[in-house]
Amino acid sequence: MEIFFQQIINGLVQGSVYALVALGYTMVYGILGLINFAHGEVVMVGAMLALSALTALIGWGVPPLLALPVSLLLAMAGCMLLGFGIERIAYRPLRHAPRLAPLITAIGVSIVLQNLAMMIWGREYHAFPQLINNQSHHVGGAIINDIQIVIIITALGLMAGLMAIVHRTSLGCAMRAVAENQHAAQLMGVDVNRVISVTFMLGSALAAIAGLMVSANYGLAHYYMGFLLGLKAFTAAVLGGIGNLRGAMLGGLLLGLIESLGAGYIGDLTGGFLGSQYQDVFAFFVLIAVLVFRPSGLLGERLAERA
Amino acid sequence: MKCATIPASSPPILERRVNKLLEISGLEVGYGGIHAVKGIDFHIGQGELVALIGSNGAGKTTTLKALAGLIAPVGGQIDYDGRVLNAVPAHQRVSMGIALVPEGRGVFARLTVAENLLMGAYSRRDHAAIDDDLARMYALFPRLVERRDQLAGTLSGGEQQMLAMARALMSRPRLLMLDEPSMGLAPLMVKKIFETIREVAAQGMSILLVEQNARLALQVSSRSYVMEGGSITLSGASADLLGSDAVQRAYLGG
Ligand SMILES: Nc1ncnc2c1ncn2[C@@H]1O[C@H](COP(=O)(O)OP(=O)(O)OP(=O)(O)O)[C@@H](O)[C@H]1O
Ligand SMILES: [Mg+2]
Repeated sequence: MEIFFQQIINGLVQGSVYALVALGYTMVYGILGLINFAHGEVVMVGAMLALSALTALIGWGVPPLLALPVSLLLAMAGCMLLGFGIERIAYRPLRHAPRLAPLITAIGVSIVLQNLAMMIWGREYHAFPQLINNQSHHVGGAIINDIQIVIIITALGLMAGLMAIVHRTSLGCAMRAVAENQHAAQLMGVDVNRVISVTFMLGSALAAIAGLMVSANYGLAHYYMGFLLGLKAFTAAVLGGIGNLRGAMLGGLLLGLIESLGAGYIGDLTGGFLGSQYQDVFAFFVLIAVLVFRPSGLLGERLAERA
Repeated sequence: MKCATIPASSPPILERRVNKLLEISGLEVGYGGIHAVKGIDFHIGQGELVALIGSNGAGKTTTLKALAGLIAPVGGQIDYDGRVLNAVPAHQRVSMGIALVPEGRGVFARLTVAENLLMGAYSRRDHAAIDDDLARMYALFPRLVERRDQLAGTLSGGEQQMLAMARALMSRPRLLMLDEPSMGLAPLMVKKIFETIREVAAQGMSILLVEQNARLALQVSSRSYVMEGGSITLSGASADLLGSDAVQRAYLGG
């Protein structure tokens, strides 16, 4: 039972991160019908920027509790600029091209970003500085630390905030209108290009936060970290129903739980044949299972017609 | 068929120009290789209700799309309220007072009725007046009141047409363009929609009405243009066109 609770906590932490990243995939897909495979790299850039800023600020003697929000804001600003640029440079010229073109371009952007990051930050793992005394708490036999509590609460707050933007503001209304019918949205006076840019920037801001969360939780950042994380978050978005915001959140949390419960019990399930290092396969089992049995995802309705 | 170019120096004609809200000269629009509109001229005066009729594929929708900015013209000029519109993007034309109710209505099916109406006012910044207009639209189309929190996709065709019109009016247009508002509607609903068109026109709004139902369009409008194969083939006072043999034979089944 302790293992169970522990894996639930781990799953919720990891799932929160997946959910934030999955939202970026799903928002862009909802509005453009495009899978932005470079999104995982935006998470990585966010983590790297935050880490660099944090290390520098702490080096200059800035107190950790001030350095952390400042670096987060810098990383968010950097990623928003990056997301804006990616759309502007790589996707916008291909807006009316056959679907394969932007998809291949997305993979290209992803490779470019990885290599740029490698040139800037090198191939080595960067350690996340010890900021606070990260205390552990015992809950029903399981352990959760301060960073994990902050991750879960922040992620939930961000998701609620995003839903409020999308459903309660005129910008959100315009985003939904553009997602549904770009011509009709233009006829309402909506600057479609602007709304698309804002969508990329919102997704990228969430990606930056997710990047900081991952590196704080694992204490590490690396130029290659965006690849697997991006694929898993994409899986989460597909699991929930790509294009559907609630689906991305649900899919993210579920995938986190599936992975961590899977990792916790895989040894028992296979009689010790496979160990928890196989946890990554669960995400892809899930992806395949969803694509085979329910391609529209748990809450989605239109993958089949659009992808 | 082309209007002679008006010399800007001649005062009486200049006077007339000021009263033209929209003036189109030599407008050409195409889709790739297809030439859908082949150099047409027409104008709409302030407060005028003008109809554009013609059979399927004549180029009526294409003309409206070019006016709304959804397609860039290949040639010619669109003058609106003293400005050349050709290079103005669609979304900016809305705040200049141009509204189009597109063919097929284009309501946002996944937005509620109320959200659709608010989208109509998206380009406006006078928030207090928007609430007044919202109330006015609900008074104009009482059917929408009880459905305000319903997704627009669940409305009937007639209700969607009402919503599309109300949504366009929410932008407080000076030029309202309607593309086949009667399409697919039951006679009673057509009557209601055309009553509203009359009402709006009576308040002084300029209207460009595209209709398959030529008789109805000629009855409600003051002037009309007949379009055929991408060109304007006839124009004049609607009452005269209603009586003309050519129109009777081609469009009124007489
Ligand atoms: N998106 C498009 N791509 C290519 N050709 C098009 C497109 N839209 C319209 N056309 C062509 O342009 C011509 C004019 O079409 P348009 O829709 O303007 O006619 P219309 O007068 O509105 O007809 P209807 O009364 O049937 O609505 C037609 O020959 C049509 O096939
Ligand atoms: Mg048409």
